[in-house]
Amino acid sequence: MNAAPDSRPASAVKRQYGEGGLRKGKGRSFASRLVSSFKREKSLYLLALPGIAFFIVFKYVPMWGIVIAFQDYSPFLGIKESPWVGWQHFERFFANPDFLLLFRNTLAINLLNLALFFPLPILIALLLNELKEGLYKRFIQSILYVPHFLSWVIIAGLTFLLFAKGEGVINDMLESAGAQRMDVLTDPDSFWLMLTLQSIWKEAGWGTIVFLAAIAGVDPERYEAARMDGAGRLGMMWHVTLPAIRGVIVILLILRLGDLMDVGFEQIFLMYNGAVSQVAEVFDTYVYRVGIQRGQFSYSTAIGLFKSVIGLALVLLTNKLAKKFGEEGVF
Amino acid sequence: MRESAGSRLFQFANVIGLGLLAVVMFFPLYYVFIVSFTDPAQFLTDKTVLYPKKWSLEAYRYLFSTDAFLRSIGNSAFLAVIGTACSLAVSSSFAYALSQRRMFGRRTLLLMVLLTLLFSPGIIPHYMLVRELGLMGSLWALILPALANGWNVLLMKGFFDSIPAELSESAAIDGCSALRTWLSIIVPISLPAMAAFGLFYAVGYWNQFFNALLYLQSAEQWPIQVLLQNMLLSATNTDIAASAADYTAPPTEMLKMAAVVTATAPILAVYPFLQKHFAKGSMIGSVKG
Repeated sequence: MNAAPDSRPASAVKRQYGEGGLRKGKGRSFASRLVSSFKREKSLYLLALPGIAFFIVFKYVPMWGIVIAFQDYSPFLGIKESPWVGWQHFERFFANPDFLLLFRNTLAINLLNLALFFPLPILIALLLNELKEGLYKRFIQSILYVPHFLSWVIIAGLTFLLFAKGEGVINDMLESAGAQRMDVLTDPDSFWLMLTLQSIWKEAGWGTIVFLAAIAGVDPERYEAARMDGAGRLGMMWHVTLPAIRGVIVILLILRLGDLMDVGFEQIFLMYNGAVSQVAEVFDTYVYRVGIQRGQFSYSTAIGLFKSVIGLALVLLTNKLAKKFGEEGVF
Repeated sequence: MRESAGSRLFQFANVIGLGLLAVVMFFPLYYVFIVSFTDPAQFLTDKTVLYPKKWSLEAYRYLFSTDAFLRSIGNSAFLAVIGTACSLAVSSSFAYALSQRRMFGRRTLLLMVLLTLLFSPGIIPHYMLVRELGLMGSLWALILPALANGWNVLLMKGFFDSIPAELSESAAIDGCSALRTWLSIIVPISLPAMAAFGLFYAVGYWNQFFNALLYLQSAEQWPIQVLLQNMLLSATNTDIAASAADYTAPPTEMLKMAAVVTATAPILAVYPFLQKHFAKGSMIGSVKG
């Protein structure tokens, strides 16, 4: 998630959403206004129709499908006929030792990410900002942004090609330097770190964009003033640039906290193997294994719902927090 | 104004440091690219190849002689082209309607779109829906559920908001229906923006993996990402060798790298155009969603 799509002041929004726009039909009933608006603007509604149909069918019908979390759903009986069981699936899940395991793994992966990944785009953006505009800077940026567009399959594949114990080129190099071959891909102790490094490779460069955009908005006079006061390059970075992007940092940090229940599902799914299952299983992979592979639809829907609800609560909470810190919030 | 020695030293270290970072970041791609074009004999004896003594297309010739690989490229191209066209049509028409003040119930619809960004019902309800719709085993199962997403619709609406309302209004006065205004005025003048959205959609379709794994049943329908996963990551790697009997197979490692390079090539080909747009910062939300 990112900054608000509509960050204009409320007055502008009000003006545009138009208090007057819909007033024309004041006094008439809702239905008659709807009908007359329909008649007048038939083709406008026709334009919106595919979009509305899409959101209803593919975004809202699945929300109704959540009810099977409270049923013993059987494909033969369907949602209408399947028996209701209340909170049974949730109770079963909370009593399962796997529950704590999933929680631990999700939190560990996210906290490691927060500690190692989060500061990097800020640091890289600050350093990039110190490069002179020109070919070299653009070249470096181009290289740093590329991995963002590669699929997780490619990235997992590259990881295997580089780090595999048998053929990985890193191990070949280690060996020719006289060191031992490492087996990082099936080592539970290094799994979380491996995930974090992958995320850094894929997204750290891309993450600089939002900070660079904020830095670009800094008034050049402030640098001038700092220079007058005798600040060097590092001094200006510390006293001018960093404070200028503090707001963005706070917002992103808060948003990141709102995502604490989410881990890159495809990434973990692809890096998963039997040797690391104890540290690799997270909510989404568990739902896939239990639900899709073993066909326990109701139980796994309940697990997915639990995760989504906690996620929603975190987002709402952190958004409130952002507003408290004097930031605009996201919605 | 002269810079101090400290400043110059910092500047120098920064240039070198970021250069090194770029080298490290680029190394994986460089390495697979180089090895995939190396003479198989050299790869087998040297193992670590950082620059080929003799270039060779052997791995690619083998890869492109297999039905499985060609088919998967074809499937992914189909997804990227048809999917992107459908996505653009649905999301831009919807976003345009949402940007029109005379649209009744506009705010409710916007809220409806926004809510989908805050709460997702999870994997299983989506899976069951696709199954109920009878889309299992069809490439449309990878297109229809991905036709639009909240971020793109909201971003596009924001873009259409920036087009002067007078344009649509005067078209309406001239008796132009909203549908025609959209098709023959709005879309043509927003082609650059549509191209940008289209590129991001296309990359998304090309990279689709998990939905393909969920919804497709036969290997004939696999897009490139699923085939890659099979070649690179799964222990039982069977599908690629079957149909290429005329060649003596190059080392598996080289085939894997050639496949990675081929799957990455289209992304790198559109990358300069992508960069032109995201560099302005206008597209960040749409891809981070």
